[in-house]
Amino acid sequence: MTTSHPHGTGHWLLQRLSAVLLLPLGLWLGYVLVTRVDLSRAAWLAFVAAPWHAGALIVFLLALLLHSELGVQVIIEDYVSQGGRERTLQALNQAAHLVAGVIGVFAILHIAMRAAA
Amino acid sequence: MMNQRPLSPFLLYRFMYTMALSFAHRLTGLALSVGSLLLVYAVFALSGDSVRFEHARVFFGHWAVQAVICALAVCFFYHLSNGVRHLLWDIGWGFEKVQARRSGWFVVVSTLALSALTVWLAVRAGSLS
Repeated sequence: MTTSHPHGTGHWLLQRLSAVLLLPLGLWLGYVLVTRVDLSRAAWLAFVAAPWHAGALIVFLLALLLHSELGVQVIIEDYVSQGGRERTLQALNQAAHLVAGVIGVFAILHIAMRAAA
Repeated sequence: MMNQRPLSPFLLYRFMYTMALSFAHRLTGLALSVGSLLLVYAVFALSGDSVRFEHARVFFGHWAVQAVICALAVCFFYHLSNGVRHLLWDIGWGFEKVQARRSGWFVVVSTLALSALTVWLAVRAGSLS
């Protein structure tokens, strides 16, 4: 029998660690979004560029995408039988989350650095 | 050999609402995975020029997108509440059947409460007007 969990413990731990980070950061971001939806572009730029905000957003985004990738990985493992199609979907899952993470983190850094310059 | 292979749980167990709650954790998680793209798009749009920002404003102002965001908010509150339940299980709390069922109801109540709190915050901040 082949195993689809060569890194089971690491997966388990990362899923929980990211969950613990997402709990307060998600509530914080949710509060910010609900109460500041109508800010102007300049006000949003200033908000995101504040170092603590930029840092928290990057941590949130990375935890979110890691948590998401691990979760989707398990769903694929459970519902798609092992083989070429499963490997393709797993690769797509990783690639999609990687691309989303790179775009998101670079965007936040770009906003923060442009404000600092 | 074939006869000894494990059966799927749904062939063995009487249906309990806790199963629906469990499946909903996956469903809401998957929805939030797709929804996270909205957040990436938002910071991407903000990092660009004012034209790109206006595109995003129109996009996020569309009623269909706003409906999706409201649904995602409920998904988030559910996944968060049930996630806390999972973390408590991880530290060994609440495994008894009675506790697991009671905490299941608590998740539903918590989801509704957080959703109501969000509506209240939005109204107070004037976000809905």
